[in-house]
Amino acid sequence: MISGLAFYLFAAVLVLSALMVITAKNPVHSVLFLILAFFNAAGLFILLGAEFIATILVIVYVGAVAVLFLFVVMMLDISFADLRKGAMQYVPIGLVIGFVLLGELFLAYGAWQFAPEVEQHFAAPVVPDVTNTEALGGLLYTHYVLAFQMAGLILLVAMMGAIVLTHRTRPGVRKQKVADQFDRKIEESMEIKKVASGSGV
Amino acid sequence: MEIALNHYLILAGIVFTLGVFGIFLNRKNVIVILMSIELMLLAVNINFVAFSVYLGDMAGQVFTMFILTVAAAEAAIGLAILVVFFRNKGSIAVEDISMMKG
Repeated sequence: MISGLAFYLFAAVLVLSALMVITAKNPVHSVLFLILAFFNAAGLFILLGAEFIATILVIVYVGAVAVLFLFVVMMLDISFADLRKGAMQYVPIGLVIGFVLLGELFLAYGAWQFAPEVEQHFAAPVVPDVTNTEALGGLLYTHYVLAFQMAGLILLVAMMGAIVLTHRTRPGVRKQKVADQFDRKIEESMEIKKVASGSGV
Repeated sequence: MEIALNHYLILAGIVFTLGVFGIFLNRKNVIVILMSIELMLLAVNINFVAFSVYLGDMAGQVFTMFILTVAAAEAAIGLAILVVFFRNKGSIAVEDISMMKG
């Protein structure tokens, strides 16, 4: 009973905030509603019993991705009102495509069923009496260790790509060149002069 | 009030459709388009986790982790490209970006 109510609460807030993400006039509001949507999705995952994915969703999406969006929206100095001009002319076709897609999805959801031999094709059946986090960790570091390493590599490449893309060298900025400083020789920077006694330089 | 797998599938379908509709509604604003893509990925994740739990197969949750990784990488690269483009052109309208092609 309580879990059913919680499902409908989370689902309603998730759909409403998703609607606000795409209709809000101010992109900052869009990002904040996106954060609300992620929190409600995390609540749904906890209802399902996938606690680890729920935690990761909050940490990665809310903590990193949404804050990155917020940062970029606030950093760019754009008139978002100009961007909305003339956008309404594409609403009818968007509505048509959206309803066709929704109808197709509902048709598919109404007609499908599990194959009778589905249990034989499980990649990683759930082991009873093992917590969700333990089960996921056991899988990630054994069967899926190669894919896990590739995921880390993707993140590394993404980080390097973002740094290379946004890094710029400004002319006229003097930076410390440590290698040049170490390379200095005594002959380049000092000169010994013989000064006659009593006459000054 | 038993919540079945179909409830989650329909919810994910609605969220996915909202993401698609958001691309049409904000077709000039790249930032909101990126947010719509995040919504669609979230809907896919809900599907994966719901199937994983109702079937009793952990592979769906493992796959969700990889989707999260790719989504984070995509958002970082997409926003970096956006920042560079804004620095060069002073605008992020989609029509201006189309001149980047060949």
